[in-house]
Amino acid sequence: MPEFPPFALFYLAALAAAVLPRVPRQVLMLAVPVVSCAALLQLPADLLVSMAILDLQLEPFRVDRLSRLFGILFHIGAFIGIVFSLHTRDRTQHVAALAYAGSAFGAVFAGDLLTLFVFWEMLAVSSVFLIFASRTERSYGAGMRYLVIQVISGVLLLAGALILYGQSGSLRFEHIGLTGAGGTLIFLAFGIKCAFPLLHNWLTDAYPEATPTGTVFLSAFTTKVAVYALARGFAGTEALVYIGAVMTCFPIFYAVIENDLRRVLAYSMINQIGFMVVGIGLGTALAINGAIAHAFNDVIFKGLLMMSMGAVLHMTGRMNGSELGGLYKSMPVTTALCIVGAASISAFPLFSGFVSKSMVMVAVLEEGHPFVWLALLFASAGVFHHAGIKIPFFAFFAHDSGIRTREPPANMLIAMGIAATLCIGIGVWPWVLYDLLPFTVNYTPFDGSHILAQIQLLVFSAAAFAWLKVAGIYPPELHSTNIDVEWLYRRLAPRWALKTVTVSHRTAQAASQAGKGLGRNLMRLVLHHYGPEGTLARAWPTGSMVLWVAVLLAASLVLYYL
Amino acid sequence: MINGQLPALQVVVPLIAAALCLVLSRPGAAWLITFAASVVSMLVSLLMLEEVLQSGVIDYAFGGWAAPFGIAYRVDIVNAYVLMIVSTISTVVSVFARVSVASEIETHNQGFFYTAWLLCLTGLLGIAITGDAFNLFVFLEISSLSSYVLIAMGSDRRALTAAYQYLIMGTIGATFILIGVGLLYALTGTLNMLDLAARLPEVADSRTARTGFAFLTVGLGLKIALFPLHLWLPNAYAYAPSAVSAFLAATATKVAVYVLLRFVFSVFGVEFALGAMPLALGLAVLGSIAVLSASTVAIFQQNLKRMLAYSSVAQVGYLALGVSLATPAGLTATLLHLFNHALMKGALFVALGCIAWRIGSSRLEDFAGLGYRMPWTMGVFVVGGLSLIGIPLTAGFISKWYLVLAALDKGWWPVTVVIIAGSLLAVIYIWRVVESAYLADPPAQTAKAEAPASMLIPAWLLAIANLYFGSHTDLSVGIAARAAAGLFGAAP
Repeated sequence: MPEFPPFALFYLAALAAAVLPRVPRQVLMLAVPVVSCAALLQLPADLLVSMAILDLQLEPFRVDRLSRLFGILFHIGAFIGIVFSLHTRDRTQHVAALAYAGSAFGAVFAGDLLTLFVFWEMLAVSSVFLIFASRTERSYGAGMRYLVIQVISGVLLLAGALILYGQSGSLRFEHIGLTGAGGTLIFLAFGIKCAFPLLHNWLTDAYPEATPTGTVFLSAFTTKVAVYALARGFAGTEALVYIGAVMTCFPIFYAVIENDLRRVLAYSMINQIGFMVVGIGLGTALAINGAIAHAFNDVIFKGLLMMSMGAVLHMTGRMNGSELGGLYKSMPVTTALCIVGAASISAFPLFSGFVSKSMVMVAVLEEGHPFVWLALLFASAGVFHHAGIKIPFFAFFAHDSGIRTREPPANMLIAMGIAATLCIGIGVWPWVLYDLLPFTVNYTPFDGSHILAQIQLLVFSAAAFAWLKVAGIYPPELHSTNIDVEWLYRRLAPRWALKTVTVSHRTAQAASQAGKGLGRNLMRLVLHHYGPEGTLARAWPTGSMVLWVAVLLAASLVLYYL
Repeated sequence: MINGQLPALQVVVPLIAAALCLVLSRPGAAWLITFAASVVSMLVSLLMLEEVLQSGVIDYAFGGWAAPFGIAYRVDIVNAYVLMIVSTISTVVSVFARVSVASEIETHNQGFFYTAWLLCLTGLLGIAITGDAFNLFVFLEISSLSSYVLIAMGSDRRALTAAYQYLIMGTIGATFILIGVGLLYALTGTLNMLDLAARLPEVADSRTARTGFAFLTVGLGLKIALFPLHLWLPNAYAYAPSAVSAFLAATATKVAVYVLLRFVFSVFGVEFALGAMPLALGLAVLGSIAVLSASTVAIFQQNLKRMLAYSSVAQVGYLALGVSLATPAGLTATLLHLFNHALMKGALFVALGCIAWRIGSSRLEDFAGLGYRMPWTMGVFVVGGLSLIGIPLTAGFISKWYLVLAALDKGWWPVTVVIIAGSLLAVIYIWRVVESAYLADPPAQTAKAEAPASMLIPAWLLAIANLYFGSHTDLSVGIAARAAAGLFGAAP
């Protein structure tokens, strides 16, 4: 099926999944990514489908090296996620996951900003059901906050796109750059989805509340679409280098003290995206390659970690570090797979993280940003610390929590196995991935200095963890609420709003004591005129209708004579 | 030679069918005749539209009497376009009417019902085809009188009062139109629109011409239900039988708007009607108020037929705004909305008719759980509602888009604000229904109970048309733009 965009296939599958019974649905869900990926690989290297709607030249389907790479990546991510979630009986999640994946395809293959906007919003709307699907009060609140922030991002994107359209008369999605109001608005829109510092809270707020299987999808698509969009629109924007550096560093502190292990992973996700953002900001061939290769690997190893935590949550129902521990006895396979993911995210040589992260690091040095390089180095140590050691340590080792359970269902193990295989495979044969990158790669990951530097970093970082733990300085895993920027809108703003309401309520009371409440009066006015029995809504006596006719005739006569 | 007689057939077929209905008067036969006559009318109108688009204006002299003395029919793109809308809607809605009417009207009255329906169709088609101002009045009376009858047949007792009020107001409107036409006749000595257009400019400065214009505009304002002359409409639509609401809402005001356009653009001419006279300002102000006020009233309505009726008043506001711009772009938007509004209101009223047939009510509080009991019907309602709001990829979006563009083109940005505010208000009143049908706690009995296929098929035809013309605009926009250019360019 030539030129059949992947999103259409996934949307159709989502529709079918909404009605199919369980087994055919499972077969369909497994088949869709395979068929769609095969179709994608058949397409020519460069493809542009354009159409005109209402004088607008749209390009809803564009394939080039960059979008093709993300397309393949998302197919892998979707397939792994589908395998992992195959056992669930919750139809909502299956439909939402397919629609969500379809939206991600639509977004990366969008050739113009309007199409991008449509799928940008579809991403938000479809994914929120993966959060709602937890069916808890917390998840409902987190999902609503998530949805609001995502929709705001979409609105900013639309506004920016319209401004650009007004200036240039074209909606094509090419390099935009941080110039003018349009570029800035789009930058902000991408930034929200990319979890820039201060704009990141939707991620750490909502992802840990999603279902065990939902988080796997969530971690694969939304932020990576944003990374793709940044790479397409803002490559070489210097501000991104510093934003990225901050993104790699600040989540570490939160991740270290956080108790909910999936939230730890959410923070580490921001940290990993930071590396990609730095790479995009540098804009050199090596840096962009590194950023994109890292996005590719991140989907897989972060997915693997999320899946291992999802498996733990699925089997034990708990997710706090303080309540887990000692699970390696009853879940040895999951433990091993989780360690593969941890090694990959920590960039151990021969694991996937190593071959991509070091590309960004080298590019940073080449471009002469020594302080940024130091920040990234610190961040690398931090990643190893919180994601590489903390996650497996507190979940599977540490003190024995006394929980005895079993390995997760086979489909979960298979999904994790696929991801782990890819982690090691790409780590050992990085050239397979390098061949797909947008620029030609002349980078050799396995030379002495890279390996030595990384090993040193990892060993010392591990030593630090061990020492802190033995010396008892390491922050204990406690039930606590860690305050992040979201405090502004979850506590401060409501408090202010409450205060404002109280004050205005008092004012209103005072006013109503003096006479009548202003608000009530206004509503009464509206109801009086427009309400069910209002002046304008009731059946009028014929006489007054005729009166109106007379008034209007008189008025027009006067006006026409003037 | 049948092609040469098309203009006559357009009116004569439904007229004779009406007489046949009266004679046969058995419900089944009467329905069949109505349906057949509608189909024939539709085919005739489509053939004429095709011919007009291909080879220009069709002139037809009734009985071979030449224009100034006999009655001349003159079909240009605007006429053919309106004829097509009216006859198509009549066809689609008459399919729906068979079951609906059988349940709402007593058997011995159904023959009369279909007779009145066909007379109304005759009148509406006649108005849209004739080139003679007095003949137009005659057809206006035929359609009005028969629509009073149709409305009065509503099963609710309030239908009688509503029909009575409509009778009074409609008669006043028609009288005003007659007075206006009479004054013009006194001034120019002709009733033929072409002749009127030729002779009026010389005498346009006289008080008689201006008084005639005032009577015509106010009378037509009544017939198109322009705020504040809309007061007869909500009850008339709300208490009429379901099929009649759908038929009249989609056609009657449209034809009246056509008459306004014909008089403003073809008879009086743009310079006089929209230039020298302050009609544009009046239409803009009243149209804006209509959009905002009627939409707000619609939000608070519990009876959904009444809600849609108020929404129709708001839509007339959009039509008036398009005319008031006095540019070809604005007129295109009006003509486009004429068609698109017929589609969406047709779909919505037919969906309500299906619901009324099943649950015997069109009140909001009875809608709980309907999204699951009647999924197909509510699907139509949702599509029609989206179109009414103006969501992209529906027909409603297209006409609003062109209207906004035309307003911006003219620099009237407050009008743009009004249009967008009107759409937002529409979101609220449509959402109330959706919320009630899909999200409210359903009553205990929630077994699926759909309307029969003969009601669902026309409903879905209209819904699909809403979607089709939302994405394929060549046909509708193309014809509307050519019709608008024709109205601006030349006399009828």
